[in-house]
Amino acid sequence: MTDAGVPIGKQTGKPTGAAEPDAGVRQPLDLRPAPGAASRWSMLRAQTMIELKLTLRRGESVLLTLAIPVGLLLFFTAVDVLPTDGGRSVDFLVPGVLALAVMSTAFTGQAIATGFERSYGVLKRLGASPLPRSILLAGKTLAVVAVEIIQVAVVVAVGFALGWHPHGWPLWTGLLLLVATVAFCGLGLLMAGTLRAEATLAAANGVYLLLLLVGGVIVPLSRLPGWLEAVGRALPTAAASDGLRAVLQDGSGLPAGDLAVLCAWAVGSLVLASRTFKWE
Amino acid sequence: MADDLAVEVSDLVKTYWPRSNRAVHAVNHLSLTVATGSVTALLGPNGAGKTTTIEICEGFRRPDAGRVRVLGLDPGRDASVLRPRVGVMLQSGGVYPGARAGEMLAVLAAHHRNPLDVAALLERVGMSEVARVPYRRLSGGQRQRLSLAMALVGRPELVFLDEPTAGLDVQARRATWELVEELRASGVTVVLTTHAMDEAERLADHVVIVDHGKVLAAGSPAELTSGGAKGELRFRAPAGLDIDRLALALPNGTIAKEGPPGRYVVHGDIDPHLLAAVTAWCASNGVMAEDLQVEQRSLEDVFVELTGSALRP
Repeated sequence: MTDAGVPIGKQTGKPTGAAEPDAGVRQPLDLRPAPGAASRWSMLRAQTMIELKLTLRRGESVLLTLAIPVGLLLFFTAVDVLPTDGGRSVDFLVPGVLALAVMSTAFTGQAIATGFERSYGVLKRLGASPLPRSILLAGKTLAVVAVEIIQVAVVVAVGFALGWHPHGWPLWTGLLLLVATVAFCGLGLLMAGTLRAEATLAAANGVYLLLLLVGGVIVPLSRLPGWLEAVGRALPTAAASDGLRAVLQDGSGLPAGDLAVLCAWAVGSLVLASRTFKWE
Repeated sequence: MADDLAVEVSDLVKTYWPRSNRAVHAVNHLSLTVATGSVTALLGPNGAGKTTTIEICEGFRRPDAGRVRVLGLDPGRDASVLRPRVGVMLQSGGVYPGARAGEMLAVLAAHHRNPLDVAALLERVGMSEVARVPYRRLSGGQRQRLSLAMALVGRPELVFLDEPTAGLDVQARRATWELVEELRASGVTVVLTTHAMDEAERLADHVVIVDHGKVLAAGSPAELTSGGAKGELRFRAPAGLDIDRLALALPNGTIAKEGPPGRYVVHGDIDPHLLAAVTAWCASNGVMAEDLQVEQRSLEDVFVELTGSALRP
């Protein structure tokens, strides 16, 4: 339906008077209807790219996803104050910081961004375009995964520079990171889809700090008071950091208990989020 | 449904907070039709139910009762079929706050099979210079124009524009009007809301005057203002005259009404006989009619008459 040379509507810009048929005249905007949805692939690509671009452009999200995890890793490796239960502090820290990195991107960053998108009517407007919700969410997930790949690469590189010696099978590490990502995405969307944007901002940051402290990221769970340790163990952050530590520090096989905790959070949060999510 | 109707709304009802004691009857048994290829304006004050009505047509809200057909389809059930064919301009927001104007338009373009050229569209709405400015730094008018471009980029056959010129300066307003006229010339059906009389009068083929969730009147601007042979006669007199008796004294086909108390309007073929009949009736009832005048109505007069209150500009 893209026929050149058919004069449509008015000429834009300068009045050309007796315009010659086609020759060299810039095509005016052809507003005639030609509706249709793009392919799912091209929608997914566009959504993933814009989400990724916007995430990397936000200063506070770069701080959250890179500066804080890497800063903690550098600081506590240099300043040996952590009770690391006999191991080398870098071997203790890298798995915890990886869990923190996943949490900051999939949960905190995701919750805050999605909360504001909801309050600015972005989700509403996108809901009126041919974009299916599944592709909207898939685009967000892919952007999260892409940011996590950058995070993991940086944390691992810094870890190696600090003399980190990982053990275990990389596949288990990848599996734990993946399930943790799903669980944290679910929690982030649950929060963003139900609370006001400002409340999400406050709560997501508060929960981030809380989970940083009682999630076994820098302080071993065994050093927490008994009741707090029990609470901590049930949280996704502790399951992720403990599970990653079991593989990477101790070289153990698949930590089934931690994986089960993460799976439970993943299923529970996604089911709840899909039931309660308000798009506007 | 007839092919020549792009939108068909009948007996639509939408109530917010229905079970509380502050239930809001946003839309209250509203019916309207939009002819394919026409420009239809929903005209009414803020809170009249315009936005709720078009948001139901856009599939954002579910009606409590009534029937809605958009391009012959159900906006709720057939949403995935309708979305590519319908362009939407929200009253506000709808853009990633950190995205640049051009980026946002490009994302929406990527959702469609035959989108307009993003650069050309930005130029057409006067946004080329600010294409790289983040949304949060755009002025109100620039946001409005971006939002309008977002409704058009997918080359829809039907567009819903919610207050497309609110907050625009005179120049941008005229440019938007020209774009709407161009859409009509290109065969796109346009439904817009406005509370500006001149906008409805200038742009619309069909005006639907809405207030309190109901249609007060509908027709072409000419029909509504009774252009042509019909006219009206107005006068002021003490409130509460028995206008039914006045009507009996007038020729058949004449309608007499009291708008705001003490202000009377007579519609019909205004001629010397009618004028004489009105004054004779007043004289025989001892009524002093003041400010008697024959005039063509503007859309504003129609509105004031229908609602008893002036429309905020």
